[in-house]
Amino acid sequence: MTTMPNSLRNGPDERGFFGLYGGRFVAETLMPLILELEQAYDDARKDPAFKAELASLSTHYAGRPSALYYAERLTEHCRALTGGKFGAEIWFKREELNHTGSHKINNCLGQILLARRMGKTRIIAETGAGQHGVASATVSARFGLPCVVYMGATDVERQKPNVFRMKLLGAEVNPVTSGAGTLKDAMNEALRDWVTNVADTYYLIGTAAGPHPYPAMVRDFQSVIGTETKEQFHAAKGRLPDAVIACIGGGSNAIGLFHPFLDDPEVAIYGVEAGGHGVDVPNGHAASMTGGRPGVLHGNRTYLLQDGDGQILEGHSISAGLDYPGVGPEHSWLKDTGRVTYVPATDKEALDAFVLCSKLEGIIPALEPSHALAHVLKLAPTMDKDKSIVLCLSGRGDKDVFSVAGYLGETMSEM
Amino acid sequence: MTETRISRRFAAVAAQGRPALVTFVMAGDPDFDTALSIVSALPAAGADVIEIGMPFSDPMADGPAIQAAGLRALHGGQTLVKTIELVRRFRAADAETPIVLMGYYNPIYVYGPERFLTDAKAAGVDGLIVVDLPPEADDELCTPALAAGLNFIRLATPTTDDHRLPRVLANTSGFVYYVSITGITGAAKPDAARVAEAVGRIKRHTSLPVAVGFGVRDAETAREIGRNADGVVVGSAIVQAIAGSLVDGKASPATVAAVTTLVADLARGVAAARAAE
Ligand SMILES: Cc1ncc(COP(=O)(O)O)c(C=O)c1O
Repeated sequence: MTTMPNSLRNGPDERGFFGLYGGRFVAETLMPLILELEQAYDDARKDPAFKAELASLSTHYAGRPSALYYAERLTEHCRALTGGKFGAEIWFKREELNHTGSHKINNCLGQILLARRMGKTRIIAETGAGQHGVASATVSARFGLPCVVYMGATDVERQKPNVFRMKLLGAEVNPVTSGAGTLKDAMNEALRDWVTNVADTYYLIGTAAGPHPYPAMVRDFQSVIGTETKEQFHAAKGRLPDAVIACIGGGSNAIGLFHPFLDDPEVAIYGVEAGGHGVDVPNGHAASMTGGRPGVLHGNRTYLLQDGDGQILEGHSISAGLDYPGVGPEHSWLKDTGRVTYVPATDKEALDAFVLCSKLEGIIPALEPSHALAHVLKLAPTMDKDKSIVLCLSGRGDKDVFSVAGYLGETMSEM
Repeated sequence: MTETRISRRFAAVAAQGRPALVTFVMAGDPDFDTALSIVSALPAAGADVIEIGMPFSDPMADGPAIQAAGLRALHGGQTLVKTIELVRRFRAADAETPIVLMGYYNPIYVYGPERFLTDAKAAGVDGLIVVDLPPEADDELCTPALAAGLNFIRLATPTTDDHRLPRVLANTSGFVYYVSITGITGAAKPDAARVAEAVGRIKRHTSLPVAVGFGVRDAETAREIGRNADGVVVGSAIVQAIAGSLVDGKASPATVAAVTTLVADLARGVAAARAAE
């Protein structure tokens, strides 16, 4: 590998490691497939025809570029808290405006083109909140491939609108009852399917985790978020933002926003994990970097929520999309290097931010980016008024309205 | 590598003109004491090599039966420390039957690979199978394990082609575990003819014994598969026999016998494997 000195953007190494993290910890049955995938992705990314097709779909199908929006009333709200003395400008990178309602489509379009290129005829995916499941079902429909989505039974219950959406798109949704029935269990089951159906099946992983080359590949497909942000912010302000911030489930929207800014030291970078009931509550949160330690799961070494015997904990978050005991390996490395600051936000803080954003901006955010917004609400009032923060508004909250109604004590008839 | 309990046992069994019966049980399933009683009863019932599962919360390569066995063990308080203790207690009474620990990397990684190898070796463990450590990750555990005098047994699968096979076999020792299907444990019954062909292919690349597992559930399949293999591995069927013997999720007086009866039957299967048709 030709390493440019002083760049944080050259990982992973040829064995798939970001420092200590990442790698290819998979069963032998999958190893040849992963090597084949790595080769196929390497070829595709250098192929102008592949890039052109992806760019065209991103524009005409997904609706890119997504808007960069100045959230004026939230900014005013934060300024009012300081008596008008402080308060950075709050900007939203509006990934919730994409087709299917989140950033997940960016990755799915890239991977479905790769699957087709590799001659695969069946798509499988795992999903937590259902946004990745919906995006996978969507691109599978668009390319005429059968799609099987694994989703924890608990998540099937709390994300009903998305379950119906996937079915409407022609996907088969398989509820997974093992473990706590959340994202990690769905990923286990997807891996079991893949190991069984190696010949024809493409595993469309939804976040920047899993064995190499997935973390790097998903990051590359999501980096459009940060690349556009950089251009759009420059067009608006003629400079770089002072801070960028995103929520962390497996870390795909976050790494997509962060990666183009890693070598700009004047830009502060924050990742917000799910603090659940509080990071001091045993097994009551899903903040794997704040409250976990390194281990090996789902094909990569990374920070994990686990007990002293190396058994993985289920974790907890109000948000199904953040309810994962691990995190993409590049984030683990960025944490250790200190380039990115990772902080938790609790269920309650996220819920408050969800409500506030809806009322003040007329934008109902998904519960996942509501965690990042909760931290913005703490951060902005501490910064000068001539500073700016860009938040990745990774998805819209339509999928969450039923469960939020429940938390707020309202009753709604379910769909 | 020099002679080990594993190589001695495969040689002895081959001299009897039959394949080895390799049995899998989960450490701590359904509780520590019962698991120790089961493991201790396996050699007399006809097991030649014993694989002991190290329970893990997320067994990605296992089907429902072994997943459930792992959960029973974890609910019963099993840990890697106790699994090593189980081997130590077994070894105190049986100096010859090879013991192979099988599982996933994370509990070992958290225990500390070097400390794990020292403790496992001292307890009388002979070999390791770690599902999620392919040859690409040999520096993690395989190379240190070989240095510590433990066998590192690798899985070869239907997707391991001739091009890749030498890489998989390079640091393998003790025996090669051929996974007869693409899939998880306890899945479909393997096709005996295809397995025979694959075993032949592997044997062209190595002089190590080749044991075949995944999907062998009864004496008849054990006999069929054992005709061409040096060993036959049975796991899901055994842990299901344990599951079937439980009363309210706990061991019953029938639990140990449920296992030994099945294993004795499987032993008759492998004994007949090379008999003239
Ligand atoms: C809207 C939204 N944001 C964020 C996430 C978290 O995933 P990641 O960390 O990979 O961006 C999800 C996952 O379902 C999501 O639906």
